[in-house]
Amino acid sequence: MVLQETEETPAILYIDLHLIHEVTTPQAFQSLRDQGFSVRDPNKVLATMDHSTPTLPVKSLRDLDIVAEKGPADQIRDMIRNCEEFGIELHGFDSDKRGIVHVIGPELGATQPGKTIVCGDSHTSTHGAFGALAFGIGTTEVGHVLASQCLLQRKPRTLAVNMNGALKSGVSAKDIILRIIQKLGVDGGVGHVIEYRGSTASILSLEERMTICNMSIEAGARAGMFAPDDKTFNYLIDKPMSPKGLAWDQAVEKWSTLVSDDNCEFDKEIDIDVDHLSPMITYGTNPGMAIQIDDIVPESNSDLGYKKSLNYMQIEAGRPLLGKEIDVVFIGSCTNSRISDLEDAAEILQGQKVANGIRALIVPGSQAVKKEAESLGLDKIFESAGAEWRESGCSMCLGMNGDTVGNGQLAVSTSNRNFEGRQGKGARTILASPKTAAASAIAGSVEDPRKYS
Amino acid sequence: MEKIIQFSSKTVVLAVNDIDTDQIIPARYLTVTTKDGLGEGLFADWRFDESGEKVEEFPLNQEKSSGCSILVAGSNFGCGSSREHAPWALVDYGFKAILSTSFADIFKNNALKNGLLPLSISKEFHRMLIENEGTEITISLEKMTIESSNGMTETFDLEPFSRYCLMNGVDQLGFIMKHEDQINAFENKG
Ligand code: SF4
Repeated sequence: MVLQETEETPAILYIDLHLIHEVTTPQAFQSLRDQGFSVRDPNKVLATMDHSTPTLPVKSLRDLDIVAEKGPADQIRDMIRNCEEFGIELHGFDSDKRGIVHVIGPELGATQPGKTIVCGDSHTSTHGAFGALAFGIGTTEVGHVLASQCLLQRKPRTLAVNMNGALKSGVSAKDIILRIIQKLGVDGGVGHVIEYRGSTASILSLEERMTICNMSIEAGARAGMFAPDDKTFNYLIDKPMSPKGLAWDQAVEKWSTLVSDDNCEFDKEIDIDVDHLSPMITYGTNPGMAIQIDDIVPESNSDLGYKKSLNYMQIEAGRPLLGKEIDVVFIGSCTNSRISDLEDAAEILQGQKVANGIRALIVPGSQAVKKEAESLGLDKIFESAGAEWRESGCSMCLGMNGDTVGNGQLAVSTSNRNFEGRQGKGARTILASPKTAAASAIAGSVEDPRKYS
Repeated sequence: MEKIIQFSSKTVVLAVNDIDTDQIIPARYLTVTTKDGLGEGLFADWRFDESGEKVEEFPLNQEKSSGCSILVAGSNFGCGSSREHAPWALVDYGFKAILSTSFADIFKNNALKNGLLPLSISKEFHRMLIENEGTEITISLEKMTIESSNGMTETFDLEPFSRYCLMNGVDQLGFIMKHEDQINAFENKG
């Protein structure tokens, strides 16, 4: 903290790691140019291309014009130019470190406990899985951080999510977070930072913790975090950007102190029963509109827009969603594109076939995940099941790069947002775990993954 | 930046809760490198039908909303993505204020940096505005009030620093840059 907040002015918070990508930075770089500023510390900036980046192979910039439309291609060129001009290392097409910004941060060990991390992207909350304070900012603030390495902030409120019990077979971390958002509502976390606690917290792997923290924003929370523990340290120990030697020991000592006091009080608390959790799916046009996979869609409540939402989804209240025919399955995004997610999907798809007429697209979160998946033979499992296997990127999560769900089509997607048109104009989205998505791909309709476990 | 002290307008009402930034401006409009002309994509999938024709019943397409600079919307306005293209699009279209019972954090932050006022109002005042589209209202940043032509007055809260910047037309980065010595000291401390 550079300066404490007062009644009149917010705190000046020092930012330890600034993640950037091609969609929310062009106007920030332009404002630096306009005001004659340089980038204060290019070494604290981690730059990648993911949002509008093609997932078909691009070997040279010339390929870009073949696989990408003009808008995204220009944006990518602009990113390359900006990073060159301001002295920032960019993980571009030729880098084996490229990937979705929230996948590569942890993978490289850039994400560490206690760091303040920001990105012009709301899912920056992902990095809270390591006990970092990580949140999304707008493009104006991206400019502030580039120029000053600082951000103006007011102190948030605190929210404890107490998770107890262990996941049953066929149930995943994605189901926990969908249940949390269903319970909190899409605005239940506004103004708060969530701490995920309870007996479940220590059992979950770092990848599972990332899936949960990732969607904190879908409950409106500014950030979400887990206290760092031995699992966190074991994850980070051999990562390229992690401290080494004596510095590692000192870091672990410091990180071990980053836990909430036993008797601390939170502004708000909720409890989640993980023992009795079933797979969750969404039926509406925000992530809070979720049900257990074998439940029926609730009758319309009085919310402004509830009917509009079901109309858009062409889903009827009072009926189950299980067995509803679908068109597309997408396994990917910063929520569920890490190796454990792909292993979950592969376990179900092994020796099976994607149902006739269903498009199944599987997109690894980073080039490193892609390489690891291929070394495990997962790509072969996917391809022989009839799914498409791509280069890394955001892809069908937001459909900016040409990977879209068609107008009116229904997708089961492991991404994080089921907003109207999120995956393409007129696209309809059911959010689910990789296991549910894989099971649904085989069935050609919404399917309970517990059938396969 | 322009100073904002007080302004008046009729309201246009969009009575939907949880309007996310993907609705405010769909992702396909984000492949740009400037802020210009984003108003074109504002609520694009609600304003236009599949053939690109205007959806007549959509409030922003109605004659009576033309020239309105104040939007009244349902709760949790601006949830979802952090895209600042959302306030840019609203401002480019001509909006100066959004009135709702609540806002998503990042949207609120972004709006305030672009001279767009995201004002949280009471449920009662909100209901009155929803039921009376086209109410003429005056927003005063100085008095922190919203006065409606039917005689109701509502007060609102605004983060004091943002209010100061808006009323004086100054950029927030200036405040950070004034503390460069402290930033240097913080960095040297390691
Ligand atoms: S995968 Fe989706 S949610 Fe994640 S950063 Fe990319 S676009 Fe955003």
